[in-house]
Amino acid sequence: MAENVLTPAGDSTSALEGLPGVVSDWSADKQAFPVPWGKAMMWIFLLSDTFIFTCFLTSYMNVRISTTVPWPNPSEVFSLNIGGTRIPLILIAIMTMVLITSSGTMAMAVNFGYRRHRANTTALMLITAAFGATFVGMQAFEWTKLIREGVRPWGNPLGAPQFGSCFFMITGFHGLHVSAGVIYLTVVALRVWRGFYDRKGSYETVEIAGLYWHFVDLVWVFIFAFFYLW
Amino acid sequence: MEQAVRHEHAEGQQHPVAIYLWIWALLFIFSTFSYLIDYFHLHGYLRWSLIITFMLLKAGFIVAIFMHMAWERLALKFAILIPPLVLLILIGLMAVEGDYTFLTRLAAFLR
Repeated sequence: MAENVLTPAGDSTSALEGLPGVVSDWSADKQAFPVPWGKAMMWIFLLSDTFIFTCFLTSYMNVRISTTVPWPNPSEVFSLNIGGTRIPLILIAIMTMVLITSSGTMAMAVNFGYRRHRANTTALMLITAAFGATFVGMQAFEWTKLIREGVRPWGNPLGAPQFGSCFFMITGFHGLHVSAGVIYLTVVALRVWRGFYDRKGSYETVEIAGLYWHFVDLVWVFIFAFFYLW
Repeated sequence: MEQAVRHEHAEGQQHPVAIYLWIWALLFIFSTFSYLIDYFHLHGYLRWSLIITFMLLKAGFIVAIFMHMAWERLALKFAILIPPLVLLILIGLMAVEGDYTFLTRLAAFLR
């Protein structure tokens, strides 16, 4: 951690805040971002991922604007029959809650990590991963249901054929991110448990894994708003 | 809070647990509201403005608090938060393009 502290301890420019701080961080011939390099790299990766997901959502917007066939109503497509009543969008609502819950447990895991509570950090990260796996399971259920109803990437019996390609591409790519996150979190959680980060002297990897996980939740916020609610 | 900010460089991002619990609760509330928009079949500009409002609130809280962006230095905030703004240009262009395609399709199919 020592090498990540605001570079020279006595450097007066490093204490500047606001716009003068930006100028000095970029121009003072030193490390621009006073954060662990892994964290800066994770942020830059997430920035690139933002562009990828925006491209998907923008192409979805484009085909939805340009189609002359009515778009299938997501509220009805994703409704479920529970106890004889048809509840609109209920599966998606539950998936949203599951992901937000997992984001909360992840934030707590990061907090406990920096307090060096090894057992709590491990447990909370594994709970987060379990919620993530639940989310992917529900997504698999949703895919199965839609495929059984005849939704394909090239067409569907409900309306505009572009619905299927957008649905499978966007939720598939997001589900891939969640699955990768579950593996990532499990690996880091086991390392926490074995005391790897105590020996290393820093729990920043837990926070970096947390950044990735919160980003997955963040992307879902946009997918939920634009694909499912619009 | 001041204490936590000063601790930041010694031991990463460490903040009071209460702030996480508050944001967590808010995210649940906003998601419930988003769902209720659909449940009560709101339509038109009311629906769209509410969806966007809750979406931006949720996204803002996740990035600012859960991802600790609120406590990072301005240089990192700029480096991460400004580049995505160019995407607004892409979105604007593709919306115009979509409208154009829609109109040409109408013209072609109606002939």
